[in-house]
Amino acid sequence: MARESEEPGMAKTSKVKRQRKKKPKENKTRTVHANLLYDNAKGEENPNRNYANNKIKTTKYTVLSFLPKNLFEQFHRFANVYFVFIALLNFVPVVNAFQPELALAPVVFILSVTAIKDLWEDYRRHRSDQEINHMDCLVYNRAERRYVERYWKEVRVGDFIRLRCNEILPADVLLLSSSDPDRLCHIETATLDGETNLKQRQVVRSFFDLDCDFDPLKYNGIIECEKPNNDLNRFRGYIIHRSGQRDALYKENLLLRGCTIRNTEEAVGIVIYAGHETKAMLNNNGPRYKRSKLERQMNVDVFWCVIILLVMCLFAAVGHGLWMFQYGDKRPVFDVLSPEGTDLSPIMSAIYLFLTMIIVFQVLIPISLFVSIEIVKICQVYFIHQDMDLYDEETDSHLQCRALNITEDLGQMQYIFSDKTGTLTENKMVFRRCTVAGVEYSHDANARRLAMYQEMDSEEEDCTSHGGTLPRRDSVTSHQSARVVLRSQSTKSHRRTGSRAEAKRASILSKHTAFSSPMEKDITPDPQLLDKVNECSSQMDFMRFHNQPMSQLPSDLADIIDFFIALTICNTVVVSSPNQPRQKVRMRFELKSPVKTIEDFIKRFTPSRLTSGSNSSSSSSLITNRSSNRGCSSLLSSPSAESTLTKLDEEQPPRGLEHSFGPVPPCYNGKAWNLEDGELRYEAESPDEAALVYAARAYKCSLVGRLPDQVTVELPHLGKLSFELLHTLGFDSTRKRMSVVVRHPLTDQITVYTKGADSAIMDLIKPPDTGSSKGKRQKKIVSRTQNYLNLYAADGLRTLCIAKKILSKEQYACWLQHHLQAETAIQGREELLFDSALRLETNLQLLGATGIEDRLQDGVPETIASLRKAGLQIWVLTGDKQETAVNIAYACKLLDPEEEILTLNADSQEACALLLEESLHYIQAKFLCSSTDQAAKAFHSNFAPFEIYPSSSPSSSSHTTPFTVLRLGLVIDGRTLAYALDKSLEDKFLAVARSCRSVLCCRSTPLQKSMVVKLVRNKLKVMTLAIGDGANDVSMIQVADVGVGISGQEGMQAVMASDFALPRFRYLQKLLLVHGHWCYSRLANMILYFFYKNAMFVALIFWYQFYCGFSGSAMIDQWYLIFFNLMFSAFPQLITGTLDKDVSAETLQQLPQLYVNGQNSEEYKPYMFWMNMIDAFYQSLVCFFIPYFAYADSDVDLFTWGTPITTLALLTILVHLGIETKTWTWMNWLSIAFSTALFFTVALCYNASCPTCYTPSNPYWTMQRLLQDPLFYLLCVITPVAALLPRYFYRACQGTLFPSPVQVGRQLDKLPTETRRNILSLSRVKAGSALSPKPPFLSLSKPSPKGCNKKDQRSFPSSETSQGPALQTDEQGQRSPLGPADSNKGPLDLYTIVPTEKDTLPYTKDTPKLPGEPRPPSTKDSECLGKTLEASDVSLSGWITSTPLLSQTGSVQLNLPPAQCVKYTRNSDQRLKSDHSVHPAQRTEQGAEQSLHTTL
Amino acid sequence: MMASSYNAKDEDGHITVSGPGGGTLRSKKPENTAFKQQRLPAWQPILTAGTVLPAFFIIGLLFIPIGIGLFVTSNNIKEFEVDYTGVDMSSPCFNCSQNFSWNSTRPCTCTIPFYLDQPYESNVYVYYGLSNFYQNHRRYVKSRDDSQLNGDVNSLMSPSKECEPYAFHENKPIAPCGAIANSMFNDTLELFYNDPNGTRIPIPLNTTGIAWWTDKHVKFGNPGGNPNLTAAFQGTTKPVNWRRPVYELDADPGNNGFINEDFIVWMRTAALPTFRKLYRIINKKSSMVPTLPRGNYTLEVVYNYPVRSFEGRKRVILSTISWMGGKNPFLGIAYITVGSVCFFLGVVLLIVHHKCGNRNNSADISN
Repeated sequence: MARESEEPGMAKTSKVKRQRKKKPKENKTRTVHANLLYDNAKGEENPNRNYANNKIKTTKYTVLSFLPKNLFEQFHRFANVYFVFIALLNFVPVVNAFQPELALAPVVFILSVTAIKDLWEDYRRHRSDQEINHMDCLVYNRAERRYVERYWKEVRVGDFIRLRCNEILPADVLLLSSSDPDRLCHIETATLDGETNLKQRQVVRSFFDLDCDFDPLKYNGIIECEKPNNDLNRFRGYIIHRSGQRDALYKENLLLRGCTIRNTEEAVGIVIYAGHETKAMLNNNGPRYKRSKLERQMNVDVFWCVIILLVMCLFAAVGHGLWMFQYGDKRPVFDVLSPEGTDLSPIMSAIYLFLTMIIVFQVLIPISLFVSIEIVKICQVYFIHQDMDLYDEETDSHLQCRALNITEDLGQMQYIFSDKTGTLTENKMVFRRCTVAGVEYSHDANARRLAMYQEMDSEEEDCTSHGGTLPRRDSVTSHQSARVVLRSQSTKSHRRTGSRAEAKRASILSKHTAFSSPMEKDITPDPQLLDKVNECSSQMDFMRFHNQPMSQLPSDLADIIDFFIALTICNTVVVSSPNQPRQKVRMRFELKSPVKTIEDFIKRFTPSRLTSGSNSSSSSSLITNRSSNRGCSSLLSSPSAESTLTKLDEEQPPRGLEHSFGPVPPCYNGKAWNLEDGELRYEAESPDEAALVYAARAYKCSLVGRLPDQVTVELPHLGKLSFELLHTLGFDSTRKRMSVVVRHPLTDQITVYTKGADSAIMDLIKPPDTGSSKGKRQKKIVSRTQNYLNLYAADGLRTLCIAKKILSKEQYACWLQHHLQAETAIQGREELLFDSALRLETNLQLLGATGIEDRLQDGVPETIASLRKAGLQIWVLTGDKQETAVNIAYACKLLDPEEEILTLNADSQEACALLLEESLHYIQAKFLCSSTDQAAKAFHSNFAPFEIYPSSSPSSSSHTTPFTVLRLGLVIDGRTLAYALDKSLEDKFLAVARSCRSVLCCRSTPLQKSMVVKLVRNKLKVMTLAIGDGANDVSMIQVADVGVGISGQEGMQAVMASDFALPRFRYLQKLLLVHGHWCYSRLANMILYFFYKNAMFVALIFWYQFYCGFSGSAMIDQWYLIFFNLMFSAFPQLITGTLDKDVSAETLQQLPQLYVNGQNSEEYKPYMFWMNMIDAFYQSLVCFFIPYFAYADSDVDLFTWGTPITTLALLTILVHLGIETKTWTWMNWLSIAFSTALFFTVALCYNASCPTCYTPSNPYWTMQRLLQDPLFYLLCVITPVAALLPRYFYRACQGTLFPSPVQVGRQLDKLPTETRRNILSLSRVKAGSALSPKPPFLSLSKPSPKGCNKKDQRSFPSSETSQGPALQTDEQGQRSPLGPADSNKGPLDLYTIVPTEKDTLPYTKDTPKLPGEPRPPSTKDSECLGKTLEASDVSLSGWITSTPLLSQTGSVQLNLPPAQCVKYTRNSDQRLKSDHSVHPAQRTEQGAEQSLHTTL
Repeated sequence: MMASSYNAKDEDGHITVSGPGGGTLRSKKPENTAFKQQRLPAWQPILTAGTVLPAFFIIGLLFIPIGIGLFVTSNNIKEFEVDYTGVDMSSPCFNCSQNFSWNSTRPCTCTIPFYLDQPYESNVYVYYGLSNFYQNHRRYVKSRDDSQLNGDVNSLMSPSKECEPYAFHENKPIAPCGAIANSMFNDTLELFYNDPNGTRIPIPLNTTGIAWWTDKHVKFGNPGGNPNLTAAFQGTTKPVNWRRPVYELDADPGNNGFINEDFIVWMRTAALPTFRKLYRIINKKSSMVPTLPRGNYTLEVVYNYPVRSFEGRKRVILSTISWMGGKNPFLGIAYITVGSVCFFLGVVLLIVHHKCGNRNNSADISN
């Protein structure tokens, strides 16, 4: 039925489209009528015809528009235009160099590859569009008077659609009816924002009282609403009924496309926005395009290439002019006239030649470079995706690269800006302790429990799948069957059983309900507090029973119960029960919608109503069935309620009306509830809320139901109480608090419960009236609570304050009036609501405070330590309060207890300026002093060799400044930050901040976060990375060079905005240190190689110009010339660019210092481009002149001479790549073999294919003849060798004389695992010297003044040698590797090692003692030292074997300053034995050293 | 985008059921393969003095003997060269060289005597050499029509535009068209052996076998199947600078027209401005008598080809050849030089290795 109507539907929509073009609607609002009214009069009269239909088309092209549009887009890239220009230049006869058609080939190839890629992507989009467009939904059909199935694409604005449970919404729909008794519809918005908790949506108010059988035919409203926009959280409008009544529409009424209906049997709505006008679609924006630093650098060099090209062309042009000029008027026979037979003047020919040369030399600008880079990046992204180490088993997620073109930026980061909550911490909020009414309840048992989890976590167990089934959420339609399954693996105690597999499953399960891991749920109550709660509630029960006013309750007990009630209801948590997945707990006591009108208020709060209310208050705790609601509601509000009295009979057995009004004892049905109690699920938007609700539940004070207008709480003894929820003033980051306004069922007072950040709440506490005792008590409570808050913060807990306020009816009425005005305002509603909330939240009464623990994620301190060692500056920007943040910072080793902390808290701009000034002075003073007593410090024991900050080492600070990073931490709060970020102060702030080792910004707003990032990025010109998990980090993530999102607990907004999404913070280490390093070094090397390759190839032709009268002639066949880049030399570099690993992943992670390589752009420095160019010119000279002389004055013809040159160039280029390749896998071999084979095959085929084609070269049988010529082979051998000799030699010398840190890392890679581990553990001792990017022999002679923090062991003053024993270990030394944890041992480390060594390894007793005379370190001295060491080493190698290169012995020497020489010697034979015998090599070594010292 | 988000949701719901002992959780966990984890077995050469030492020595040791061998081979090749441009007043061809018109009808002949001080044992190749003649000029190289040369009748009558401005002359198509053909070398060289007893014995010069076999038999061909070349070239005209039409290049029909080997050789444009082209071959008669015995010879040149206008030189070269071609000591010297340099660098590296290899702060690993 639906299918048949497709055709006319399509026709209609196309018509609509046409009309829309004719008459674009300019209104500011959109008016939606029901389509049913206009069904017969097809398009013309339908007022909705101008709106987009629901057919989506995300494709960019159509069949017709593809070619022009795609080409147009491709020509936005300048390079493409350039290449096309050159190709077209070829069509000009005077300048043409190649066959014009052939010259087009590469550019056409590149363009078509891109076009095909685009086409394929577009086709995929088309396919998915098609799929989506053809999904089914139920649309009301007037003719058939029922809902019929239609495709999504046929849905139009104004259609009524019926939605069933678990259906995906096809369009933005205004909810008109729901099967839910509360007129709610639950949706899951995971596809929009990734949040998995259910959201409630309400039926439009005027349809509220209709029963489920909403009849579209009776609908007669007209909807006026906003134009389509992309704001998911905003929807305004009103519906005008025929009666003229207007009803406001809110975002709560709108169901968004792409969401899924949950927990609601059926819902009916009218389509408001369809297709591309839906909010979901308007929010779709394509992937971001960023340009990486490397690419920016590369573009500079591309520019240089252009200049080189122009210079070469100019040179050739001038040369040609002169060459012509020398012949004067007598034209030689070989200088052919132009086709017209005219004679060109030398100047004209020179000009033409200039253009010709541009064509000939075009290869210098690598046409395939851009394509190759894209390909390599895609491969790199693929590999990052595939990395097992970046896969999180618990959440079954792995790293996502959302930006495909900035992988190499990961290797060049200098600053990391991190969010704290959820990024460094788990964002698993666990209720830890609380204080109520000034009394602290420490929850020791809870603390022990948490400690236990910590242990659990640390023991990693293998995840093997156990039995048990997991139901698919979607598939659970039958509650019964699901229930069994879920029970069988209740998530309750899997952690304790210790099985990780179960834990995983549970965590997957708990993904359905965010923030409900057992750790968060199972809270052990404090016995003392539990007693009090019990006592209190029993008293209340008693009082209620005896109808005593609640105010008689002792105030401390009242506070306790209020505290827990506040914890329970002051939130937006939705309750669902797991045995009916996503089925909301259906309980209703009384129907009262939130107060929305004044009349409503008056009606409800008239005295008579209140008295009757007090009567009914006792019955309010009853469980009544749904029919009672209806009774109530029909009493209260709309007359139309009558009609709603149906539907529920299907769901629940009907009960008599009389039943519902009768008082039912509180224990009624209680058993069933208790049974299910443990299984209630709380769906919270933020983890804090969930934590507090779970905490309250631990005290038997549990939230059992939440509806828009009421909250039901179960209290011990009291049973279920239902609070009439009058207002919810949601949380926002400015107010930093939320409030609920409820009517207390027991006292019948209007109570405001407020929960918020302590800073926000404490200011709003009513100043206690010191006169009364109550006031005194209040004051005491406040001051005590403040103390405890400080204590909590010092413990690193997140603190929240709970307060309440009782409103008199008059006050409430007064406030309500303003509030309602605000709510109904169309303009500036948000601001008005905000003001309204501010008015309400004043003069609060403090109840207590909670401390919530947010555990650090696994591996955070280690990750931070290693990132810092990698030279990254880590700033933490958090919204948390200062104390909490500082403590977390200590916990994650961001701050060091040993370092001084500068805390900047200022109240005004001036104060801030002053503070900054002072800090700056302080830092300078410190710097001065540190450099002067550096020597002294080094003498004393306090050198902390483990602490190496590469960013402070002079060699690496090239990118930053003369500023030295001191052992200082900077803590700044949000307010001060606001002042500091002011234009006038930002430079000073930066100056201070950059000198500090760690910076912590607390209480910062999202905007400030992004401002800080922007400031650092722009002013310091550094690469920044921002990492965060929540919506508040989005702006920061977007501003940074690389944004990383943590796909954690707080939804997907950060992930959506990020370039890379990580499951955990600790993965950042591997992502940056390993993948970043690899990507950077691979790409950098590939780009350099590209430049080299093209320059080398082009230069061959350039040299030839000297021998062809600068006529633009090329000895290389134009086919080779054009396809050289695209085919013959393309593959190996791609393979190397994708797979090459300079250092293994393990070493990179163990030696984070290697990351400095990328930060300083060591692989691709500007001079390297020129070095490569020079090398390219040299190599091309060799490749040109060896064949030149070999064939000089012979009968060789042009192309028989050019072909060997091509071959030689290819071989040289491939071998060059071989030298630069660090890792040879079979793929490298294969690709090089393939390239060579491809060249010869193509050449042979090409030279055999056609005897008369391919003018002008006409290379028939050339290659075949060459292959018979021994000279050809002789050339092939000598030329690459001669060409690459300098590079090979240089590389070898560099590897020996001044190896880069990366090379040292590679050498470590080659060692056997155990040896390497030992060396690495030792290298931490001396990594600063061995791995400093400076040539080590220079550092040996470097005198000492360095930053204080830089403990320089290279230049030990000799006086310590008297006590400094040489640390001599063999590789079997059973020392436990010194982990980073040891890094704080400080001064003693080296010295503590030695005794243990002596204990375990007796043979080290003969450690040489060094002569004690002072020896000021000097260049001369160290040279002398070096010489003697050489001598000793010669003797050593002499011992090993006379020719070291052939020996089986590996010897590793890590030279420390003379006093501490660590030498590893590995002898394959003696490795095992050497445990118990003195190693001969060692002896030799020692002997050598002794001799050395005697010579000294 | 929409689609992908739906997919994401779909995956979200994929908590695949696994029975007891049954399958595993289907997850997004990446496969643990060497390739995907970038752990492919690999050879990781590290370039240090120690590791590259062998390479240098091996190259040195290999190259020096090869170089010596090549050098010796090259030296064994005998070569004799006469410049007959006639720049010098004393030169016999001075007079002829003064006349630098292409179309002078009066042939100018000059005779150059020379003395070979050693006998040429094997086949002797006679080359003519030109210097400063840019046969590799871009427009010159292009100025030909390969189809025409292959015997294509259409191209014969309508030469390609590449031949411009040497495609038509007086509205007749030029055969062969183009600048290359137009400037064909047209000196005639004859060689006489001056017998000790005074007689001039002409030395037979082989006109065939000087071009590539493929050129003569595949690339070049006379138009049509017509054995009568005059008829075949009916309607075409000779290149402007030629004295005879193409079908009168040689009397031998197998060496006439486009497949005339002198023509073919000329059409193979030289790579460098100084070049030689094979002119004739003097075949060895018997193993007993040297092809060219020691003694006096006379070279008789019919001097047609003007080169003085562009400072060109003309030479005649007599040479034997070896397996590596003509006499060229360069490659031998190059091999010896590169070999020696390698060896020297090897020694330097050895020193570096011993002095610094273990001294520096890095770990140095042999093997």
